Amino acid sequence: MYAIEVAKLTKIYGKGETAVTAIADATLQVKPGELVAILGPSGSGKTTLLTSIGLINEPTHGKVVIDGITVADERWLPGLDLKRLRREKLGFIFQAHNLIPFLTARENVMVALEINHLTKNEAKARADELLTSLNLGHRLDNYPSALSGGEAQRVAIARALANRPKVILADEPTAALDTENGKNVMALLKQLAVENRSAILVVTHDHRMVEGFDRIFTVSDGKIIGEKINGNTSTSQALA
Amino acid sequence: MNLAIRDIRYHSGRFILTSIGLGLLLGVVMSMGGIYRGLFGDALAVLDATKGDIWVVQQDTNGPFAENSRIPEDIKYRIRAVPGVAEASPLSFQTIQIERLGKPFRFFLIGYDLNGFGGPPVIVAGRNIRQKHYEMVVAKAMKMAIGEKIHLGLHDYTVVGITGKVVSAGGDPAAYVSLADAQDIQFKKDNDAIRNDRERIGANLAGMQNISPGQAKFLQQNIAAITESTHTVNTIVARLAPGADLHGVQERISRWNHFRPISVEEQTKILTKGMIEKARMQLGLFRIILLVISGVIISLIIYTSTIDKIKVIATLKLIGSQNRVIIGMILQQSLLMGLIAYFVGYGLILLTYDKFPRRIVLEAQDLQGLFVIVMVICTISSFVGIRKALKVEPAEALGG
Ligand SMILES: Nc1ncnc2c1ncn2[C@@H]1O[C@H](COP(=O)(O)OP(=O)(O)OP(=O)(O)O)[C@@H](O)[C@H]1O
Ligand SMILES: [Mg+2]
Repeated sequence: MYAIEVAKLTKIYGKGETAVTAIADATLQVKPGELVAILGPSGSGKTTLLTSIGLINEPTHGKVVIDGITVADERWLPGLDLKRLRREKLGFIFQAHNLIPFLTARENVMVALEINHLTKNEAKARADELLTSLNLGHRLDNYPSALSGGEAQRVAIARALANRPKVILADEPTAALDTENGKNVMALLKQLAVENRSAILVVTHDHRMVEGFDRIFTVSDGKIIGEKINGNTSTSQALA
Repeated sequence: MNLAIRDIRYHSGRFILTSIGLGLLLGVVMSMGGIYRGLFGDALAVLDATKGDIWVVQQDTNGPFAENSRIPEDIKYRIRAVPGVAEASPLSFQTIQIERLGKPFRFFLIGYDLNGFGGPPVIVAGRNIRQKHYEMVVAKAMKMAIGEKIHLGLHDYTVVGITGKVVSAGGDPAAYVSLADAQDIQFKKDNDAIRNDRERIGANLAGMQNISPGQAKFLQQNIAAITESTHTVNTIVARLAPGADLHGVQERISRWNHFRPISVEEQTKILTKGMIEKARMQLGLFRIILLVISGVIISLIIYTSTIDKIKVIATLKLIGSQNRVIIGMILQQSLLMGLIAYFVGYGLILLTYDKFPRRIVLEAQDLQGLFVIVMVICTISSFVGIRKALKVEPAEALGG
């Protein structure tokens, strides 16, 4: 079973003369444990593809299936609890870390757990464990404003991972980081994909970062125009 | 984890300042409620202190507080004779304003029968009036010392005792003298006026042809005695015997035609409905305006702090927060602001209420009512912020 299945996905912003087709007829599948990149120039529709999969943007046409649950077929299926699906199945990481400024590193992770009905103590234990495993054990009580860019991004990753999501969607997670920190974050994502068997979809236009991916989709003008498979991993070979 | 508190803790300055500002407003609202209760207490102070059952006043008047009333003192004998009346005692009231220590000095002078009732309810220092003349008991608020003398009418009066918080319906502190002294102060003419009056009466009588000089002399003395008489009082208060029928006694006195027997209940109504109703409405209006202003301020603050948090709210929605988490955060901040403001206001009023020029009476029931109103206002005020927050799209969390 695929973790992400997208078939003939089209997203058109606006109507009539001002309508913009941001994604046209995109089809892709990602298996659990796969680390997949979406590459393309600015304005090509990468973020739109991600938000359409991430239950943030309602597709105009096409089908989206997350972890076996059909969430969109021409439109969002009625009766879906989108918030619940987002907190249980999906983890988000962005270019800007999007941490809540008035919560400490630990609390930023805890909040994702508490809204998913963990008790305070459970949430705290899990947050500490996650942050420590991301080498942030000494930063638990710092506010985001006191964290470096790399540290903040790792807290954001910890938050995205908190509820052990099947799918992690990352939009340029390394753009705000220097090469070294960027490489570390990529290595971390790779490790997570393997260890947690999460499907990780990473938008980037940073060609320095493409080495570690299992597969790379290239997007241009809203269309998926290419798919490159890094031959050295078993999962990608299976797909090929 | 409580997001509302975390947010406030992170930028506490603005929140605390706003809460204190609101607290000052609420303090004013509370003091106005207290002033109203104080007006109420003041209006009824003499009525309550006298502990009478029926106030006999001049016919067709709402005396002796709301309207002028003059009745002859000796009517007390007739009232005492009415079946059911246990005692009856005359009282005289007048407001006096003189100069003392270079400032206007205003008080409410009560004259009472030393053998009757209606005198000072308590003596907190010194002693009660013992001699029939020239002694005085004053309210604490007049800030006079025992032994101090003041000049009223034709004589000097010496302060012999201090009583507690007795005030007139207008809030002026009360002083007590004997009834005879009060009548002197109110009605006694000075010696020149008396001499002039006597001469005028004498001259008028002398001009009459058909009376003898002896008769004229007799008449002149009688007429002078009547015009110089000071035996007038403002009211006679009756206390009923246990089990006596109030309406029966009232009915009996009204049959005499020249007097109106007002029960305590009626007198209370005259004082509260008539004399302080306008003040009540005025204060009530101010309170409503201030509460509306508080509501507007809370709305504004909550709204701007929601605007500041759009990105946080979008992020929360993105990671799948339920609406109640977001509504809770905003509502709790609003309620907390109201709570802090309420207690700031309450603290303020507790520290200052005895320094107000008029009496402030804080009633638990009023304060509790205000608390509920403040919480309701906070809830309503948070709606604008909540509405805004619910419209935020999770997509707004993306990008810079
Ligand atoms: N909310 C929106 N309303 C209208 N048009 C939009 C909206 N969001 C994106 N677009 C348009 O859709 C197209 C694709 O945008 P998208 O943000 O997906 O591109 P991108 O590949 O992520 O670009 P970048 O690399 O700059 O982030 C662009 O032409 C953009 O202007
Ligand atoms: Mg983008």
